[in-house]
Amino acid sequence: MRTRILGARVIDPASGLDQVADLYLADGRIAAVGQAPAAFEAEQTLDARGLIAAPGLVDLSAALREPGYSRKGSIASETRAAAAGGVTSLCCPPLTKPVLDTPAVAELILDRAREAGHTKVFPVGALTRELAGEQLAELVALRDTGCIAFGNGLASFASSRHLRRALEYAATFDLTVVFHSQDAALAEGGLAHEGPMANFLGLAGIPETAETVALARDLLLVEQTGVRAHFSQLSSARGAQMIAEAQARGLPVTADVALYQLILTDEALADFSSLYHVQPPLRSRADRDGLREAVRKGTIQAIASHHQPHEPDAKLAPFGATEPGISSVELLLPLALSLVQEGVLDLPTLLARLTSGPARALRLPVGALAAGAPADLVLFDPEAATLAGERWLSKGRNCPFIGHVLPGAVRYTLLDGRISYQA
Amino acid sequence: MTPNDAKRPLQLNDQGQLRHFLSLDGLSRELLTEILDTADSFLEVGTRAVKKVPLLRGRTVCNVFFENSTRTRTTFEMAAQRLSADVITLNVSTSSTSKGETLFDTLRNLEAMAADMFVIRHADSGAAHFIAEHVCPDVAVINGGDGRHAHPTQGMLDMLTIRRHKGGFENLSVAIVGDILHSRVARSDMLALRTLGCPDIRVIGPKTLLPAGLEQYGVRVFHDLAEGLRDVDVVIMLRLQRERMQGGLLPSQGEFYRLYGLSTARLALARPDAIVMHPGPINRGVEIESAVADGTQSVILNQVTYGIAVRMAVLSMAMSGQTAQRQLNSESTSEEQI
Repeated sequence: MRTRILGARVIDPASGLDQVADLYLADGRIAAVGQAPAAFEAEQTLDARGLIAAPGLVDLSAALREPGYSRKGSIASETRAAAAGGVTSLCCPPLTKPVLDTPAVAELILDRAREAGHTKVFPVGALTRELAGEQLAELVALRDTGCIAFGNGLASFASSRHLRRALEYAATFDLTVVFHSQDAALAEGGLAHEGPMANFLGLAGIPETAETVALARDLLLVEQTGVRAHFSQLSSARGAQMIAEAQARGLPVTADVALYQLILTDEALADFSSLYHVQPPLRSRADRDGLREAVRKGTIQAIASHHQPHEPDAKLAPFGATEPGISSVELLLPLALSLVQEGVLDLPTLLARLTSGPARALRLPVGALAAGAPADLVLFDPEAATLAGERWLSKGRNCPFIGHVLPGAVRYTLLDGRISYQA
Repeated sequence: MTPNDAKRPLQLNDQGQLRHFLSLDGLSRELLTEILDTADSFLEVGTRAVKKVPLLRGRTVCNVFFENSTRTRTTFEMAAQRLSADVITLNVSTSSTSKGETLFDTLRNLEAMAADMFVIRHADSGAAHFIAEHVCPDVAVINGGDGRHAHPTQGMLDMLTIRRHKGGFENLSVAIVGDILHSRVARSDMLALRTLGCPDIRVIGPKTLLPAGLEQYGVRVFHDLAEGLRDVDVVIMLRLQRERMQGGLLPSQGEFYRLYGLSTARLALARPDAIVMHPGPINRGVEIESAVADGTQSVILNQVTYGIAVRMAVLSMAMSGQTAQRQLNSESTSEEQI
């Protein structure tokens, strides 16, 4: 399929390009930006005047719930929802049943993702078997199957010695380890950020130190072992500061934040709505502002959805009895654009954190619009608006933004030059 | 950017009357005073030969207790009976781990049996809010204690006790002593005292039993009992659960008693006419010395008596507010049809 995209404002953070230009796609790749290649005959033309063309978004964490949790979502449903949010590549965490700790599970996920054809899927494998924090998973076999990094979710390790060994082993093969730094003992039983709101509601608190104490240990072990590390789901301003200090020391450390952590604070819990129950918890306004600043500066390279769809029953209970997580991948672009609307980030910076930043963090071969790159892109109207929830594709409707009018609207998502979503 | 910004307070009807009683947060001084005045008027019912008024005749009150409590459950039962309601009490096991299905389904079933009012006791903070919002919006829901969050009828019976013994709140110093962190009673008391105009609220305990963000309640924090009790008019002692030692919050009951237990000598630091309160059941020799618990300054048993009157007031007011709201809803529906 040869496609010509006419008149879009093309923003490619990877190359710094930001100009009105035509795009030419052929054989699933970008053939040219600007001038048509010789003898290019388009089979399809998209009139993109007034739209912005950017690399398809790269989401470093979206739970697809398959295998094992099909009542919450499927690879087909959640990648389709992701495409509607402008996503062309996503990484799925190993929190499946069975856990993504064998090549068989990785193959199943990759096969189903290919069959669905909505987005590229890059599995993150389990660092330890069954995420139990003791015995290493077969990391190299998993890498050879297609796992692009390895993590243990919020599950803790049997000891710091076990963690150290895992990092050393991963470093041997230049594998990237994804950390979700949280001290299990400090967070135990907690439901909300430890502060005035949790106290007022009588919800057990998770202190900021649950993140920073673990982060301090993890960073020291990264330094000792020399492993490539990506810190995911940062929730505190102090945590972001610690990442900046580590980067300044020259450690190979990247980080991401959940988009909702840049928008919401623990003040949202006031009515006990289980839609705001997330782990790590929504933190204070000062933490949110610190995270925003770290994203602006580039200490945090990636904004991820940390999409977690749930069936209705999972949220239909008193706050503490509900499962944590927000279904959000479907709104990734419009929700992110609310940060531009609010003046938190400029558009090219935002797009960098959603495309080239995450791609570089986990060394994914996507996230750029240069000639020869995969023709994964999103075309969106920055002047239009999206009524969140009007069309809902994710199986999980556990999203507190449903009913909100958000800025911008995805018109097309193209995957390997083919339209994978059209509004 | 939260969708709840413009939400009407869940526990008030369109005319600002109580329709559920979930927490003391957001309730005005006038409304709290109305509850106290109504409770005062009900105290007399308990002294009659026939201890009944017909306010809730023909109504069904369901006490649904997902957590054990003898005192609160019994006083709610007596309150409902004295208002002539039919009363059912259910002690429901919380052993199910089915993510709230027990709670949701139990309540839906009871709702289908046309109960008019639920009194809920639950171990999860926010359980009563959840039920009022998601399960029974048309049935009055009374919070009989939810997790660490709120115990609003206990808060109001404490206020009635203080008002009856001290005449008001404007010039008082009140100290709350012990495990503030895990106490729904303390949270409700702090809110009520502040709303009712108490100028000096003190909380006393070790840092392990004091939650973050106490400043929002407008209280003064003391770690030294003697210092905190100096010249107070009211001492509210809280119950200490034994498991606090296992959780590493305290070294031992003995050390807690030595530092924070209320003895006759310590009480002497307060004003001579200070009253001593406790939500019960008391741990003698852990929070409080027997001589104090049984002494002339103790009003612990009065609290129980006042508790019935306060619960009568809340049950009748919420039922009336819920009925008024239903009428308003049906009138607006019929206007729309016209």
